[in-house]
Amino acid sequence: MSKRQLELEVMRYDPEQDEVPRFQTYSVPCENDWAILDALNYVKENIDTTLSYRWSCHMMVCGSCGMMVNGEPSLTCKTFIRDLPDKVRIEPLAHFPIERDLVVVLDDPVEKLYRSKLYIIRKDDPPPPDTEYKQSRAALHKFKQYTMCINCMCCYAACPQYGLDPEFIGPAVLALAHRYNLDSRDQGKSDRLDILADHEGVWNCSFVGACSEVCPKSVDPAAAIQQMKVEGALEWWKQKLPGGKS
Amino acid sequence: MAIAKKSVVWGLFAAGGTVSAFLFPALIALFLMVSEGRTPSGLQFMQIHAFAASWLGKVCLFVVIFLTLWHAAHRLRVVFHDFGVRQDKAIANAVYLVAAIGTVLTAFYLYRI
Amino acid sequence: MSRRPYVRPVSKTTWYMRNGRYRRYMLREVTSILVAVYCFLAIAALAALADGSPERWNAFLASQQNGAMLVFHAVALLYFLVYMTFDWFKLAPKAMPLQLGEHPVSPGVIVAAHYVAWIIVTLVVFWLAGVF
Repeated sequence: MSKRQLELEVMRYDPEQDEVPRFQTYSVPCENDWAILDALNYVKENIDTTLSYRWSCHMMVCGSCGMMVNGEPSLTCKTFIRDLPDKVRIEPLAHFPIERDLVVVLDDPVEKLYRSKLYIIRKDDPPPPDTEYKQSRAALHKFKQYTMCINCMCCYAACPQYGLDPEFIGPAVLALAHRYNLDSRDQGKSDRLDILADHEGVWNCSFVGACSEVCPKSVDPAAAIQQMKVEGALEWWKQKLPGGKS
Repeated sequence: MAIAKKSVVWGLFAAGGTVSAFLFPALIALFLMVSEGRTPSGLQFMQIHAFAASWLGKVCLFVVIFLTLWHAAHRLRVVFHDFGVRQDKAIANAVYLVAAIGTVLTAFYLYRI
Repeated sequence: MSRRPYVRPVSKTTWYMRNGRYRRYMLREVTSILVAVYCFLAIAALAALADGSPERWNAFLASQQNGAMLVFHAVALLYFLVYMTFDWFKLAPKAMPLQLGEHPVSPGVIVAAHYVAWIIVTLVVFWLAGVF
C-alpha cells in the first residue's frame, strides 16, 4: 500500500506553561485509507507522546473525536486523508475553551443537556408494569433522524450565533428536545418549550444552517430548530387563550 | 421561564418573509418596468386608484405592507447584531418603532384614498 | 495539576469573513434592507395616491424614470431573486416537514411546489397590473 506524507499543523496548548496556544508541525507518513485520527494516533505513538486529544470508537458513534480540520468542524475518524490536501491544520473544536492541546471544555452544552428535560414526560398515571407503549412505524419515522445525535458538538463549533452568544442553548440540545416533542409517547412539549423557547433558546437562531451542514450523523438540527420556532410561536398564542396556562 | 415574546415577532417575520419571497420579485419588476418607461396599464392613475380605493385593495395592500415591514424590521435587528452592534434592546426598539410608523402611515394613506 | 482553559476570541464584527458559508449567509440577510426599501417605496406610492390627483401620481412614476432608479431596480430584482426568494424556497421544507404514512415527502417536492405557486402569483400580479 503506498504512503502519503502529510504535514499536520496542530494547535498545542499547555495550561501550565503556555500563555497562548501555538502551532506545532508534524510530518506523518500515512496509508492512503487513513482517517485524520489515524495520523494523530501515529503522532502520539511515534513522534510526540505529549499530544492530548479525545477519541474512542473510531467508527462515528461515540462523538468524542470532534476537531477543526482545515477550519471545518469534523469527526477526525470520519475525515479521510484522501479528501484532504497534504497540509492539514488541526485545531480544537471552535467556540469552546481549550483545556489542553486538542481537548476542549464541554461543560456548557453538557449543562444544557441536563436542564432541558430530554426524556419522555408523561402527565397521566403510569400504566401497569406488564403493558407497553405502542408506537407505529410511521410515528417512529417522525422523530427518528433526531435520535441520531451523538453529542459530538460539531454543530456548536459551526454555529456562529453560539460563537457570539454562548448563552444560546445551541443546535444539538434543541434537536434532541425536538426528538422528544415529536415522540408520540411524550406529553411534555409545553414543559420543554417553556425552557427552549425562552430568551436564550430557539430565537437566538438565525438559520445560518451551518450546524446541519457539518453534522456527521445528518441529524439536521437546523430543521428541528425552525420547526420548534413554529411550535413556540403557536404555543405562545395557545397559552394566551382561555384554558391555557398564563 | 416562559416562552419569550420574541415568538410573536418571529411569527410576523415568518409570514412577512413568505409574502415578500412570493410577491416582491413581481413588485420590483413592476418598478423596473416603470423606470424603463413601460408603465403597465394597471398602474395608470385611474386603475391603481380604483384598486386602492376598494376595500379588498385596502386590505391586501395593508396586510402585505404590514407583514413585510415587520419581517424587515426583525431581520434588520438580527443583521445589526451579526455586524457587531450588540445593543439589542436599543436596536430592537428602533427597528420596531420604524415598522410601527410605517404601519401607521400605511393605514393613514389607505384610509385617505 | 492546574487548569487554565483558554478562550479563543471571536470577532463580533468580522466573524462572517471566516468562510464561504458565513459570507453567503450575510449576503442573504442583507436582503432585509431591500425589503425595507421597497416597503417604503410602496408607502410613498400610497402617499401619492392619497393625494387624490393624477398629477401627484404621475410625478411619483416620473421619479422612478431615471438611469439611477433603473439600475437600482434591475440590480435589486436579481439580488432579491437569488438571495431571498430562491433561498427562502430552499429553506422552506425544513420548517414544514410532511410525512405520508412512513415516508417523508421529499424536500424537492416542497421546493418545486413553492416555485409553481410563485410563478402563478407573479403571473396573477402581472395580469392585474395590466402587463399583459
